[in-house]
Amino acid sequence: MSVQNCTHSIAITGSGGSGAITVGNMLLQQAAKNGLYGIMRRSVGPQIRGGESAALLRLSAQPVACPDDRFDLLVAFDWNNADRFALEIPLDSKSLIITDPGSGSIPDVIRQSGATVIEIPLHSMASEISGGRINMVGLGLITSLLNLSAETAVDAITSTLVKKGKEAVEASVNCFFAGFNYQTDLKLSCPTLVVQQKTARWNISGNEAAALGALQGGVRFVAAYPITPASEVLEWLSPRLEKIGGTLLQAEDELASINMVVGASFGGVTSLTATSGPGLSLMSEGIGLAVASEIPLVVINVTRGGPSTGIPTKSEQSDLNIAIYGMHGDAPHLVVAPQSISDCVDTTRWAVQLAETLQTPAIVLSDQFLGQSRSITSVPESPGLPKTRVIAKAVTDSSYQRYAITDSGVSPMAIPGIAGCGYTADGLEHKASGQPSSIATDHHDQLDKRQHKLSSFDFGENWADSHGAGSVAIITWGSTTAAALEAAQRLQQMGQPVKVISIRLLAPAQVIKMENELAGITQLLVVEQSHSQQFYHYLRAHYTLPVNVSVYAKPGPLPITPGVICNALQQMVGEAS
Amino acid sequence: MTDLKKAKAYKSEVKPIWCPGCGDFSVLSALTKAFAFLELAQQDLAVISGIGCSSRIPAYLSSYGFHGIHGRALAIAAGLKLARPELTVVAAGGDGDGFSIGGNHFLHACRRNLDMTYIVMDNEVYGMTKGQASPTTHPDWTASKLTPHGTGVRPFQPAAIALASGASFIARAFSGDPNGMTKLIIDAIKHPGFSFIHALSPCPTFRPEQKQWKNQVQKYEHEPTDDPVIAATRLYSDDGMSTGLIFQSKYPAWHRTDVEQASITQFEEEFLV
Repeated sequence: MSVQNCTHSIAITGSGGSGAITVGNMLLQQAAKNGLYGIMRRSVGPQIRGGESAALLRLSAQPVACPDDRFDLLVAFDWNNADRFALEIPLDSKSLIITDPGSGSIPDVIRQSGATVIEIPLHSMASEISGGRINMVGLGLITSLLNLSAETAVDAITSTLVKKGKEAVEASVNCFFAGFNYQTDLKLSCPTLVVQQKTARWNISGNEAAALGALQGGVRFVAAYPITPASEVLEWLSPRLEKIGGTLLQAEDELASINMVVGASFGGVTSLTATSGPGLSLMSEGIGLAVASEIPLVVINVTRGGPSTGIPTKSEQSDLNIAIYGMHGDAPHLVVAPQSISDCVDTTRWAVQLAETLQTPAIVLSDQFLGQSRSITSVPESPGLPKTRVIAKAVTDSSYQRYAITDSGVSPMAIPGIAGCGYTADGLEHKASGQPSSIATDHHDQLDKRQHKLSSFDFGENWADSHGAGSVAIITWGSTTAAALEAAQRLQQMGQPVKVISIRLLAPAQVIKMENELAGITQLLVVEQSHSQQFYHYLRAHYTLPVNVSVYAKPGPLPITPGVICNALQQMVGEAS
Repeated sequence: MTDLKKAKAYKSEVKPIWCPGCGDFSVLSALTKAFAFLELAQQDLAVISGIGCSSRIPAYLSSYGFHGIHGRALAIAAGLKLARPELTVVAAGGDGDGFSIGGNHFLHACRRNLDMTYIVMDNEVYGMTKGQASPTTHPDWTASKLTPHGTGVRPFQPAAIALASGASFIARAFSGDPNGMTKLIIDAIKHPGFSFIHALSPCPTFRPEQKQWKNQVQKYEHEPTDDPVIAATRLYSDDGMSTGLIFQSKYPAWHRTDVEQASITQFEEEFLV
């Protein structure tokens, strides 16, 4: 790997409350100030305090969006619960481990990696400083190893700890310098990441990004129930919605939140809720109501390991089936998936606009990796004005028909306040007027209408992103896109051209566009993070695939990394030749 | 008390599916009279319901309406009221819809105290599914094939539960007394908070014995109280057939907080490195 492509993967671990995540956040801030890009995942246990906690960073001089296959550096503040995260931090003989000799013996599962272990008396260095904390000593060591400036570290410490008072900042800064000035002959494979040009960048998590996209799209009402790993969407929105004249309500459950959103949108206000798998299950009936009554709304689903309560703090792509097929009856609706943290802004905004335009619910399929990771990312382009729904005009006769059959399938929507258009929105099948009907022709007409408005709509170029060319392709969606792209880049460098297709619009299926994308592809590798190959089966159901299809499907909680995709692709190509 | 012609304007042309003699006809009529009395513009009025015989009521009105899904009338109504505080929002439905499948929303709507009205037409039976026991059915009612020995379960006490959950206006009405009901609906809509009307509304088809209710109901002799302890004592000592306004308090209704205004561009700048 050339120096240009060099990235640093750093794991900082400790018991919950040890400050590992704080160090990670500060390091990310510092890296950003130094002109770098980066991504930081959090690996935490279900315990509120005292469980395992790890900040898993990857820093680079170029944009970086997925974890690497291995870690260069592990800084372990203690070895408690090491068995729980060991699999998430792959180490090898080129890796370094920094630990305190007083933290006890290194667990076998870590030692067996063959990584170089350096014992540094972190605890005693911290205890020499009044109010000192070990995590700040660690930050100093890492800063020095990465050749990052001490000044940016001090900035990060100060801005993070300013609320804790001057003494806390001083103690932390002193600890930082104890670590920073500690003399070692340690070296990372490329100690300095070379920044070509400093550009404007954001430090943002996927959940924040999705929330911002929602506001940009025009969302002004949110009702939701707290759930891991989606709550940050709501926590970010709550104070900000207030400041732009919107409302966020914490509902009694997800049944309430989805139906509140239905009610608010019926009232003409662009509305959204955010949840994760268990909440999405509860919302299914309400989403179906929105389909039948043609109420626009958006559900952000930040997928976690399932089924049932599953693994709330870890990522998976296993809610694909429920998002697409979860409603009873024939219930056409929209399902879109962001492909990176910054794409959470654009894709959520797009979902809001599609829902409003097509008067139907849209599900945004994010996941824990995208939602809870923070990224230093290029500033997204400024969005245009939000699109709005087609609203009915006041009438003085009884001519208004809420569910009138139109060419586009979309009919002007009356909202309370518009005179002469009073109608009853209904989950019962209905006539064009909205009046309940079980007559066959009415059912067929309305089913056709709701299907047609989606199938005849031109979704443009956003339906998928396609990179590269050739007869060999990877097809994926959502958060595994970044690893697929990096895999393709590595394969290209090894002389194997690979095209990557990542689907953003999962429903409705875009059959003709996909046919064009797959033209000339003879070997296709499907990459997804689910156990039952949900994406592969989805592709089989809707699209004509090449004869040679291989599937790389792995459930969470471990991320899918570029290296394993490279291997899977090389194996596929090898078997075919 | 109300111009009947004006009241009729609030009715739509849709013919109710209800059986002859259903108490819900009187509730529909009382609603339209109350709307007419209050001179509410149809376009600024929304009636929201769930599923069941009585939940068909929005379609029979000329206002805006939402016939949603089973048990969720209050959630839809709450979303609408929060999004459009200037509208008059009335939720309506039956005892199964409101107290069984929608029970949790009932508790939280009471304590949230949004400025809206909830009318539950209680006939102690699931009519639309052809006669099963509801939460308010007495334990020894054996006419349902589903519970041939009766439910054996103590009935749900709507007014007492509303009181315990923090509702700020609690009344009981009877469909056989449409004028009394109209007046209560007027007061409920005027009340600045969550107003709950427990409307006894007999089912002549599955509960023909309820025809006797007209001989059993009586008006509360007391004046309404704002003391929950007194209200609780009254509710626990009557037989559930007393009508009138039971409890009205000045619990603050939910309202939007005024905060310093900002723009989305300012939020975006928070992320800049």
